[in-house]
Amino acid sequence: MPSPYLPNTDADRSAMLGEIGVGSIEELFQDIPERLRHAQFNLPSPLSELELKKELSRLASLNASLDNYACFLGAGSYRHFIPATVEHVIGRSELYTAYTPYQAEVSQGTLQGTYEYQSLICQLTAMEASNAGMYDGSTAAAEAAIMACLITKRDRVTVSTTVNPTYREVISAYVKARDHSTETVELGSRLPADCACLVVQQPNFFGHLEEMEIQVRKAHDIGALFVAIVDPISLGMFKPPGQYGADIAVADGQALGNPMSFGGPGLGIFTCRQKYLRQMPGRIVGKTVDAEGKPGYVMTLVTREQYIRRERATSNICTSEALMALAAAVYLATLGKSGLRQVANLCYHKAHYAAQKISRLKGYSLVFPEPFFKEFAISCPVAPSGINQVLSEERIIGGLDISHIIDNSMLLCVTEMNTRQEIDRLVEILGGS
Amino acid sequence: MSHHYLLPDISQPGKIGCSLPDLDVPPAELPPKDLLRQQLELPEISEVGLMRYFTALSKLNYGVDTGFYPLGSCTMKYNPKWHEDIARLPGFASIHPHQSEESAQGALQLMFELQQYLAEITGMSATSLVPMAGAQGEFAGLLMVKAYHRDRRDKARKKILLTDSSHGTNPASAVMCGFEIGTVASDSEGNVAMKSLESAMNEEVAALTLTMPTTLGLFDPQMLEISRLVHERGGLLGADGANLNAFLGRVKFGELGYDYVQLNLHKTFSTPHGGGGPGSGPVCVKEDLAGFLPSPSVTKSGAKYKLVSTPKSIGRIANFYGNFGVMCKAYAYIRSLGAAGLKEISEDAVLNANYLKEKLKPYYHLPYDRTCMHEVVFSGRRQKAKGIHTVDIAKRLLDYGLHPPTVYFPLIVDEALMIEPTETESKRTLDAFVEAMKEIARDVEANPEILHTAPHNTPIRRLDDVRAARNPDLRWQMRS
Amino acid sequence: MTPKEYRYTQEHEWICPESNNKGKVGLADYAQSQLGDIVFLDLPSPGTQVGQGQKMGEVESVKAVTDIFAPASGQVVEINQTIIDEPGLVNKDPYGAGWLVKMELNKPSELDALMDSDKYDEFVAQLTEDESHPAGG
Repeated sequence: MPSPYLPNTDADRSAMLGEIGVGSIEELFQDIPERLRHAQFNLPSPLSELELKKELSRLASLNASLDNYACFLGAGSYRHFIPATVEHVIGRSELYTAYTPYQAEVSQGTLQGTYEYQSLICQLTAMEASNAGMYDGSTAAAEAAIMACLITKRDRVTVSTTVNPTYREVISAYVKARDHSTETVELGSRLPADCACLVVQQPNFFGHLEEMEIQVRKAHDIGALFVAIVDPISLGMFKPPGQYGADIAVADGQALGNPMSFGGPGLGIFTCRQKYLRQMPGRIVGKTVDAEGKPGYVMTLVTREQYIRRERATSNICTSEALMALAAAVYLATLGKSGLRQVANLCYHKAHYAAQKISRLKGYSLVFPEPFFKEFAISCPVAPSGINQVLSEERIIGGLDISHIIDNSMLLCVTEMNTRQEIDRLVEILGGS
Repeated sequence: MSHHYLLPDISQPGKIGCSLPDLDVPPAELPPKDLLRQQLELPEISEVGLMRYFTALSKLNYGVDTGFYPLGSCTMKYNPKWHEDIARLPGFASIHPHQSEESAQGALQLMFELQQYLAEITGMSATSLVPMAGAQGEFAGLLMVKAYHRDRRDKARKKILLTDSSHGTNPASAVMCGFEIGTVASDSEGNVAMKSLESAMNEEVAALTLTMPTTLGLFDPQMLEISRLVHERGGLLGADGANLNAFLGRVKFGELGYDYVQLNLHKTFSTPHGGGGPGSGPVCVKEDLAGFLPSPSVTKSGAKYKLVSTPKSIGRIANFYGNFGVMCKAYAYIRSLGAAGLKEISEDAVLNANYLKEKLKPYYHLPYDRTCMHEVVFSGRRQKAKGIHTVDIAKRLLDYGLHPPTVYFPLIVDEALMIEPTETESKRTLDAFVEAMKEIARDVEANPEILHTAPHNTPIRRLDDVRAARNPDLRWQMRS
Repeated sequence: MTPKEYRYTQEHEWICPESNNKGKVGLADYAQSQLGDIVFLDLPSPGTQVGQGQKMGEVESVKAVTDIFAPASGQVVEINQTIIDEPGLVNKDPYGAGWLVKMELNKPSELDALMDSDKYDEFVAQLTEDESHPAGG
């Protein structure tokens, strides 16, 4: 059966071989040793489009989709509302089948879209400059730590104990790769005088809001940079990092219009102060004019990047998550000033409603005090794994089991997607177990 | 045209792009005022306005669905449309990475099988799907090299060798892992200059990174000799697998002597490029390196699929497990092809590139006049002698409704033009491209001005990137 | 073309001796034309001590970045503020208004080791010759 993706016919192939002056395609592989160019591959037989859809649907159906379950799970990946505009914009093939906008004159969709993204992120975070995005929040945090080392010419990174544990692992992997050191610190303790930066998450991994200004001062007092890891949705309600003095602020943008998708693709939001612009990794888009004076957009400050600076580049990043960044831009533009506030409010009040009801149940209590945003840790009367089993049978996905950090505890997340009925049902079952 | 407008220009107070539900629970007390945000300035636009704006933007863009897009080493092959349907299946899109493994067996099975397929295709023992792009796959590969030598207590191995035709991510990745860089020269045939490798390869070298075929689109017939030399002196051999489309379904990296290879699902495996991502850069390794793979991987225990980490793992390099939304497309692609289908791909990819080579060489200087693989590199130096640079050629191609090839890479070719047609282009398309290139070659003599001032027919004319760099304007501002 | 009273390094910097053991430093025309339109300069602040041949800054064009090396050892006393605001001046007038820094020289005799303008012109001529006949490509 001819392939729909191989448009050459046999006649075409013959004609081309004739022009090249060889008798067969096999001759074009002559540089490869004969015995190495006929490898055998043990792979399943091919499926037609019809069969493929069936098979993939079957595999997908083996997963419990959160379209059919109430979800109270967060911890780095979030179920937020995605307005219809997002998919319809990023589903336009002129946008998703393009690549790096090397030829700016035919890539204004990608480039202007990126400029909008950079602008919206700066508005959201109150930071002065944003790049076009990185892989995810954890690698953005890691690259922020590296950037701080390069700027301060120090090689010691400190990370708050209340930062997401997997983020801490990723920061550690990247920092140690360059033979620098990384250590976790309690926020109350003193910082080593030679540290390059202090990394703090806001709200922290447990959903609790930290006192950021004090931490920023501590870092600046010893000449270190302050790196904030933020929840972008929380910025609809809470003070943004640019206002409390962060030097670099990162986040995961999955929450801004992107599905959870089993943890990837995410989106590494990366912002910094203007004065550190030339040390910022990643692509940046800038505005300029064309030969007729019309406004247009190009990749700019490219001498920071790997294809120019090579071994002196801050980062090796090339392809990032451009389509996810565009989705985030559409999301922020769709919700706008009032919509994002409303989403944040819905999260806040629903989470507090849930927390209040649960804390009144016998055997349950909140682990951390106010203030918190949309996530909170609860101490349970029995092992959370058992509780989650029961919840699952009721088509509810319970919180993250964090018993390895705090005994018999679970991290719950409530967003605008959770209805009062769902929350009441959760409380009911928790009370019963 | 809409591109003159930005979101703030179409914003009006009181508008919104979607509707949200009312609060259905009693409101809680607000936190202290000093934690709260006073101003949030974002645009306010109706859904109608937004869709018109973004639709207009999309029309200014050129993608593979628009036309020929022969960027070298990017493999801009056509993206089958069923990819999008599959990634959007609720069972794939709406699953949380922390939900119980029992409730994600379909996803874990897909990942496990993809790990196996990629290992099979590359002739390796194990795969990590975690790296989220090729550059991150390279980074992971080099971290594993570092861990491997440390584990053997070999502290001398401080260097990574690269060729002079390597992609910029190669040296950047090496430095991110604390390595020094050594360069190996290419000879006049475009192959590794063995004398250069001989003198560079010693006990200080941890690994040689060698793209195969090279960024010149050439297969180095000395491949096995190179591998033997590197291994003899205690080093590892790694591939930047960006060019796998050249021998997909025919050659295994493992049989060429490679110890690890990083792949690009958004290139070879047809997942869409997204304007610069999302991609996916899995890394496949031989048994000796399997213990160091990034965490986590998927294993099968009885009938159950589970996420596991090895004790000697280099650790986590992502928040979760990699770009699953991209993996499911690549998985489906492999399942649609089988072994025979993979082979047909590289055959047409190589045929198309060689055809272009023959048809263009009367008009453009071909630095390496030999059989190429899936891509061919020309030099614009004949035209440069007449005052036309490769950038002008590229900009003029835009006027023909064609996306130019990669320009000015690899660095060892002056005024480089790197053309990768891929297998999803027909002879007809290639002939149209050749005709355009012939006319441009004629215009170098007949009408150079039209090349200097190109493009003329695009939504926007040539852009001033000097101004953009001198006076960075990287965002608009909205104030209350 | 190249000013006779200047001295030149292999890295295409020039130094013009001035009275009182001072020297004015800049980039040669070959450097600016290879780089293309210059967009940014990272220069050492006044007071910085540099050794001969030591990296003292960076110059960026749209498509390249390259190091600036001190042609002689000494202390930087002044940077050319005009080019910070108008980097294009280095392209337009590399030997005049596009100067980079002024230095106080530790050892003015170091200048003797540098090329005079005739030798430098030969050096550049050879480079240009090599470029038009590169090996292999």
